[in-house]
Amino acid sequence: MQDVLERPVNQVEEKPVNSDKGKLKKVLIICSKGKLEDVYAALVMANGALMEGIEAKMFFTFFGLEAITKKSADHLHTATVGNPAFMPGLPTMVAGLPGFEAFASYMMQKEMDKLDMPHVTEFIQMIEAGGGEIYACKLAAEMFHLKQEDLLDEVKGIITVGDMYALAEGEGTQIIFI
Amino acid sequence: METLVKTLATVEVNAEGYLKNMNEWTPDIAREIAAKENINLTEKHFEVLNWLRAKQTEGVALSMRKLGNSGLVDIKQFYALFPGGPLKISSKIAGIPKPASCI
Repeated sequence: MQDVLERPVNQVEEKPVNSDKGKLKKVLIICSKGKLEDVYAALVMANGALMEGIEAKMFFTFFGLEAITKKSADHLHTATVGNPAFMPGLPTMVAGLPGFEAFASYMMQKEMDKLDMPHVTEFIQMIEAGGGEIYACKLAAEMFHLKQEDLLDEVKGIITVGDMYALAEGEGTQIIFI
Repeated sequence: METLVKTLATVEVNAEGYLKNMNEWTPDIAREIAAKENINLTEKHFEVLNWLRAKQTEGVALSMRKLGNSGLVDIKQFYALFPGGPLKISSKIAGIPKPASCI
């Protein structure tokens, strides 16, 4: 305190210029849903961040775990019922017919293939290759009885919510929740 | 217009530093742009740059995935060659426009 008081009042303290101020440096993307379009939104954003030189971490929880589970990752569906933006005018009862959802999801995946969009497992490999890190939620994994060996090899670990927040530490981090 | 001092070449670049005319590109210009990105170009870098230029000429929309499937480098190696935004940085060094790719 004494130190501060002894300094001349008219002396302006020079502050270091931080040109990086406000720059996005890291994203933590939380994916809590297992629908094809929600999972792709998370994957595109994580991969897109890495492409821009932004660090990316992913945390999959609840139904989002489907996207990093070996047996379901490449078989995600889009919701045809309870999704008013999906084929507007289509009666819910038709959308709910057996096989309809699988067919719609197949068609959607085909459109994505045309755009050169990788399948989920390949996308996750790309993210890992780019230095992105992928984690599963401990609580949700326990709830769905999933173990590390049930998850894709790229999954770095099953972590708690506290560990997840630790991933977001540092200036210039944004958390995105899907 | 920006004059690249080392190569004594005058090439027109846009606000982000991408060459406006890819035909003005020379390996020396590439080396100079790369130096600004703190990259020292090796033979492997030039293989990627030439591939990018060839695809650009063919009119192929470039993406990370296409590079990964190019047979030249895998995605991990691509990130290692051009750290901090490989597709963007490699395109800048290759003298081609910034790729409008989301993947």
